Amino acid sequence: MASEAQLKSSSHAKRPLSPHLQVYKPQLTSIMSIIHRGTGVALCAGAVLIAIGLLALADGYESWTYFRAQCGEIWGKLIIAAFLLSLVYHWLNGLRHLGWDAGYGLDISKTYVTGKLVLVLFAVISAALLYFGLRSTT
Amino acid sequence: MSKSSGSLQSPLGQVRGLGSAKEGVGHWWHQRLTAIALAPLSILFVWLVLHLLNADYDVVRATIAQPYVAVLLMCFMVSLFYHGQLGLQTIIEDYIHHRALELTLLILVKFSALLFSVASVLAIARIALTNS
Repeated sequence: MASEAQLKSSSHAKRPLSPHLQVYKPQLTSIMSIIHRGTGVALCAGAVLIAIGLLALADGYESWTYFRAQCGEIWGKLIIAAFLLSLVYHWLNGLRHLGWDAGYGLDISKTYVTGKLVLVLFAVISAALLYFGLRSTT
Repeated sequence: MSKSSGSLQSPLGQVRGLGSAKEGVGHWWHQRLTAIALAPLSILFVWLVLHLLNADYDVVRATIAQPYVAVLLMCFMVSLFYHGQLGLQTIIEDYIHHRALELTLLILVKFSALLFSVASVLAIARIALTNS
């Protein structure tokens, strides 16, 4: 039987790890996967801002008015738009994930079909929401 | 001493002496459960925001103070922070290879999620209970 030292050196050997990102050809599937994580992190930051908004509303008229004024600033609008786009993407791609979990659409060709479907729906729904938001605030 | 005979545990696993944490698919399952909850709740949230886009203070408060809105909004905020915290945990565990930093970030994320979800629930409760 191998000694502890041998086991450690074999498991900790500096072997190259797959995937080799330097020579890795990006595919729709892997890019969409990392965007899912990225939008997830963005939504966490947005969740904190929603909590702050609720606290401002609970605190009273002055706090809420200040919060609303920040939302009306250009950077406030950009943050809200970024949150909205992240939510639409994460929501749609999340359904794709739940489909996989239930055993649907797992073969390679179907992951591309559902991936493109997510991107098309993302574009349509985001455009509609942004249009509606901009039209009713200006 | 050859404990390995008849055991399914790998030699490396035996040397390290770390057994199963008995948690199994708990993380995975909770992430899916909260995702299923968030799918309709986030539509409700977006609808609420669009509905209240130009509403003044009193209208926003009165809308959120309605019992079914308040309860669903509480469910949304709690599920949101729980789901987010699970996702951030996965990302930290995947990409942070410095153990002390990894642990610090995990504790920070878990505590923040609890803090903000409790704060959100309190805020909604306060709006609901003082707006009658």
